[in-house]
Amino acid sequence: METLSLLMDGFAVAMTAQNLFLAVLGCFLGTLMGALPGLGPANGVAILIPIAFSLGLGPTPSLILLTSVYYGAMYGGRISSILLNIPGDEPAMMTCLDGHPMALNGHAGEALSLSGVASFVGAFVATCGLVVLAPQLVKIALLFGPAEYFVLFTVAFATLGGISSTNQAKSAFAAALGLGIAMIGSDSQTGSQRFTFDHIHLYDGIDFLIAIVGLFALSEVFIFLEHHRGGSVGATNATKIGRIMPDFKMIKYCLPSMARGTGLGFFAGVLPGAGASLGSFLAYSLEKQTVDREGKTFGKGDPRGVAAPEAGNNAASGGALVPMLALGVPGSGTTAVLLAVLLQLNITPGPLLFQKNPDVVWGLIAALFIANIILLAMNIPLVGLFTRVLMVPTRILMPIVAMISFVGIYSITGSTFDVMLMVGFGFVGWLLRKLEVPLVPVILGILLGNQMEVNLRRAMTISDGDWSVLVGSPLAIILWLIAITGFVLPMFMGRRMKDRMQKNRPDDLAPGG
Amino acid sequence: MSDRIFGGFGLALAIFYIWAASIIKDSFMVDIVGPRAFPYIVGAILGLTSIYFILRPDDEPEWPIMRDFAEILFAGAVMLLYAWSLPEVGFIISTIFATAYLTWRLGTAPLWSLAIGVMTSVGIYVVFHLILGLSLAKGPLGF
Repeated sequence: METLSLLMDGFAVAMTAQNLFLAVLGCFLGTLMGALPGLGPANGVAILIPIAFSLGLGPTPSLILLTSVYYGAMYGGRISSILLNIPGDEPAMMTCLDGHPMALNGHAGEALSLSGVASFVGAFVATCGLVVLAPQLVKIALLFGPAEYFVLFTVAFATLGGISSTNQAKSAFAAALGLGIAMIGSDSQTGSQRFTFDHIHLYDGIDFLIAIVGLFALSEVFIFLEHHRGGSVGATNATKIGRIMPDFKMIKYCLPSMARGTGLGFFAGVLPGAGASLGSFLAYSLEKQTVDREGKTFGKGDPRGVAAPEAGNNAASGGALVPMLALGVPGSGTTAVLLAVLLQLNITPGPLLFQKNPDVVWGLIAALFIANIILLAMNIPLVGLFTRVLMVPTRILMPIVAMISFVGIYSITGSTFDVMLMVGFGFVGWLLRKLEVPLVPVILGILLGNQMEVNLRRAMTISDGDWSVLVGSPLAIILWLIAITGFVLPMFMGRRMKDRMQKNRPDDLAPGG
Repeated sequence: MSDRIFGGFGLALAIFYIWAASIIKDSFMVDIVGPRAFPYIVGAILGLTSIYFILRPDDEPEWPIMRDFAEILFAGAVMLLYAWSLPEVGFIISTIFATAYLTWRLGTAPLWSLAIGVMTSVGIYVVFHLILGLSLAKGPLGF
């Protein structure tokens, strides 16, 4: 009951005119970014953080704007999957399999509205799950001491590569690289200068926003330049949309599929190292196993093959918020970027956030509910408008993305050194992507590095220098076991999972963001 | 081979990092672990994973041909030049040229590139500076 009254307070925060306007704006921008290949949820939110920050919005309004963008991008990814067979972002990959055949059969509009409804169901149930589960997780998290926190951060890094990772050494390298960058600047405990080489720009450390925007957004621009991909994605296949109102009979027919997809997706989202891509993959595979064993209709435009992965992917993105808010440890790239939003606003997520700033947490959760309803209302009638955006050629779009990234970073730091540093990060990001080194652990390392070290040093101070404190409690030992399992398991299963996911990938996939 | 070279770079980076950690000066405040221990751990992981890359390299990635690689280097150089020119000539002028270069390289005809540059630059200036009030670089001309 207490949860419910807190949630009501949250709605009171989120329902002000300014916040509602920001939610609508965020949903709109997010859907656009999700629909455009090459601009996924992580990129989209990353570019907008510095801009929201330099606008001087308060913590709750900025959060509402940016989480609306996050949810919106998750909705938008399906549009180009269905119409063009090109996933707008990585999790929308599975939607191509049955969504595009549906469009080819002349049911594009129905596929779009059905997937809109499925997205809504997935995200809505997952947000309810967040309301129930996050406070419970907070209760556990309150038992954590510094040593357990240190191990928890280790769990995050060990599992981040995910079950489909093929080379765990590269994930570990990426995490160490990020942690190493986080060490630059003055030491938070003693004030010693570390790795600054008496360079005045480095005294405060490297702002994580510079790294995020450089690694995510600018490296994407470099990828486009490398492949000379300047055309518009929507020019070649001018697909007719047809009727756009949802067919209630079809929705009712697909409801069980959505329910299964939602359950699996939410589960995949909460677990560390799984995330939305795996959520939609599992949802689609299970659905195929359950209703179409012989493979008669799936892959040929079965509406259930659209509903299940879309519900799964959106449920996973809601589920991923549970560990991020309750523990302060994100499990995916996009939630890592949302963590950056919170840190930029000087809010440290974790159990204390629920106690100290309940207005922020519950305002945010209420905003998620509102964003969902806005997205459903916006997506069904406006889908024609969003498809038109696919006509804008990337040769015009990508330079605009680059320039807005520059504007954002320059407007918060006002320093050309930082802008140059961002270009450097962009180039390094491109190089690492070529070598298949994942970028998300780098980002997470930069974000969590200092907290991880502080917790280690606190634990040591309490134990008076005895390193065995790190395995000194049952909770810590359980966390170590999770970390080791999460790190070792992909070494055996990673190749197989990746192959299975790759097999379903359409050939002309634009790299996901 | 690429992974081996990458591992070599990583190992050099790790050694450099550990050396740089070893010269961190203590300040008047001290705690039990000190400011060097965590960087040593990080450096060790960098080093160990790099050695793994040298011993067990992955398949060769698809590197771009020389011309496309030059494309990326040039684009990077233009962006650095752009950052340097921001306070020198102001936001609008530098953005026109940087945008024009990028859109030209992505396949817009040269004259159109300049037009797109002007539209992007003025558009961003109007939306972000005049309407939203973000501070952009001011050149000698005041914009």
